[in-house]
Amino acid sequence: MSQTPVLALRGIFKRFGAVQVLSGVDLEVHAGEVVALVGDNGAGKSTLVKTIAGVHPIDEGVIEWEGRPVEISRPQDSQNLGVATVYQDLALCDNLDVVANLFLGRELKKGGVLDEVAMEKRAKDLLSTLSIRIPSVRIPVAALSGGQRQVVAIARALVGDPKIVILDEPTAALGVEQTAQVLDLVERLREQGLGVILISHNMADVKAVADTVAVLRLGRNNGTFPVATTTHEEIIAAITGATDNAVTRRQARTAEVAQ
Amino acid sequence: MSTTPKATDEAPVPEPRTSEDVAAETPAAAAIPAVDPRLLVREQGFKGYVDEFKRKIRSGEIGSLPVVIGLIVIGVVFQALTGNFITSYNLDQITLYAAGPGIMAVGIVFVLLLGEIDLAVGSVAGLAGSVWGVLATDMPDSLAILLGILSGTLLGAFHGLVFAKIGVPAFVVTLAGFLGWAGLQTWVMGERSTIPTPIGSFVGDLTKYYFADVAAAYGLAVLVLAAFYLAQLRDSRRRKAAELPHRPHSEILLRTGVLAVLVLVAAYGFNQEKGLPLSLVIFLLILLVTDFVLRRTTYGRQVFAVGGGIEAARRAGINVAWIRTSVFMISGTLGAVGGLFLASATGGADRSLGGGNQLMMCIAAAVIGGTSLFGGRGKVWSALLGILVLQSIVQGLNQLNLESNAIQYMITGAVLLIAVIIDSVSRKTQKSAGRA
Repeated sequence: MSQTPVLALRGIFKRFGAVQVLSGVDLEVHAGEVVALVGDNGAGKSTLVKTIAGVHPIDEGVIEWEGRPVEISRPQDSQNLGVATVYQDLALCDNLDVVANLFLGRELKKGGVLDEVAMEKRAKDLLSTLSIRIPSVRIPVAALSGGQRQVVAIARALVGDPKIVILDEPTAALGVEQTAQVLDLVERLREQGLGVILISHNMADVKAVADTVAVLRLGRNNGTFPVATTTHEEIIAAITGATDNAVTRRQARTAEVAQ
Repeated sequence: MSTTPKATDEAPVPEPRTSEDVAAETPAAAAIPAVDPRLLVREQGFKGYVDEFKRKIRSGEIGSLPVVIGLIVIGVVFQALTGNFITSYNLDQITLYAAGPGIMAVGIVFVLLLGEIDLAVGSVAGLAGSVWGVLATDMPDSLAILLGILSGTLLGAFHGLVFAKIGVPAFVVTLAGFLGWAGLQTWVMGERSTIPTPIGSFVGDLTKYYFADVAAAYGLAVLVLAAFYLAQLRDSRRRKAAELPHRPHSEILLRTGVLAVLVLVAAYGFNQEKGLPLSLVIFLLILLVTDFVLRRTTYGRQVFAVGGGIEAARRAGINVAWIRTSVFMISGTLGAVGGLFLASATGGADRSLGGGNQLMMCIAAAVIGGTSLFGGRGKVWSALLGILVLQSIVQGLNQLNLESNAIQYMITGAVLLIAVIIDSVSRKTQKSAGRA
């Protein structure tokens, strides 16, 4: 893992009217690292992600990209840096086929005319490097299953060669097998050296693919844990706020040692 | 490595697998060959096409099938009733009167692709006709034509801006336009109820001029066929070079052959009468240009995207307001062009031009031809097919001396309803087949 994080947030503050949503949040994402962003409803996960995506500009704090401070005030700024966001509602055009959806907004052209052949070829290459299996890249997205739509949405994020991919609850609406497919895909993104920010409520998913868990609670950091050495209960405790005192933390530790 | 038993694996296997890997796979995944289903269809020859066709019908992808059946039924029924319906004279008459409403229907196709509707297209056509008529009396003809068409563009821009920027439903904006522009048309005409087409005006030629030389119709037919064949061949070659599924040469020849029969019979029919009508040439030109714009340009892709999912389009960086406004401008412009054809056919500008059932004819034509009312699905060619159906009915009824509007309105209404029912049912079937 590289020493300089690709993306680092330092002391991020964001306020909507009277509501202070984020107060001094830090977050680091390295290349080839999957960071799970967890927290209860209203903890500020979505807002934090939207500040990175440029939907909501930050009020205070520093965003560093590969060590340099940068300003993200519009979605385009974020995209230009190399951040791709896959929102929970996938926002695919049901009537368009897989190729058209992948390249929507950045179609490949040849002499001003859509270059369908080049787009189809690149779409196939992209899908095959991600081991995504889809019956045909020329069927409308409407004909795909929920899991297939999710992987198409993720693949779509990769067309612009990003360095950081943000996935907002990618498995929330999926069945067991489809969830496994998406988690496989997340692992392949990591293998390819991308930084992944994964928002999830599902601890099993987090434990399965994430390297680091960053917990938000009421708009503040409530701990960053390496997944390998952290138990399920410790993460849950951080989310619900049960670790707010030293006693519970100690109890949890002694219980683990006793086991 | 994960396996998806149900999905067909079309991608080449990314890494060499050990025998253990293969053994670990479910038999279903291993059994399905790694080809695109479309290729599979072709490899099975004729049977493959029949199976593909059956699958499409079952899953509700009927496309232009109902309208082709409709045209055959109309031909057979009127031929049986009148004894001389399928004649070159009728072909000529149908084409002549189809051009105006057909061009307006092309504009409607654009609007329907957004999932919206333009109820003002008839009034825009009428107003454009009268703007041209009034101006043509004391202005060079070409300038008057240009201003007439531009008036349509302007009205379309107005509809589009009120819809896209203020958020008034398109149905209401254009309903207001439907009434308002019809009123303005009467006001522009002033005291006169009709203004005859000035002698020598190009508008007169729109439905009166014929390329009488036999070579014109045949030449155009051959040109269209050659262009069609070469374009398909080129596309197939490029796809082959990129190792993508492509049409085999035999299929391209078959398609060109079917088109050749239709085009050459039509050319023969026109040559039996007065020759190749100018109106048809312009109509075809508009169809070709708009088809190119919709299918091969970024703009067209964006129109489909907005029709298929506004949120997705917006997130992809598409300027939704501009797409909406510009589509209504196209609809207004084509409405105005259609209005000039209507003026040409009726012999000049008229207070009632574009009124009556003109509007319904255009919308019905687009829908009958197979463009969905629900947005995101359709082709400009549906305007041609749909208007041929409607104009054939009108011509057949005229021949039966049933010229009164009563029967014609009822039949047109019924045909429109059937078309919308087919659209709705096919959409439902597509949904249940997981294709909508």
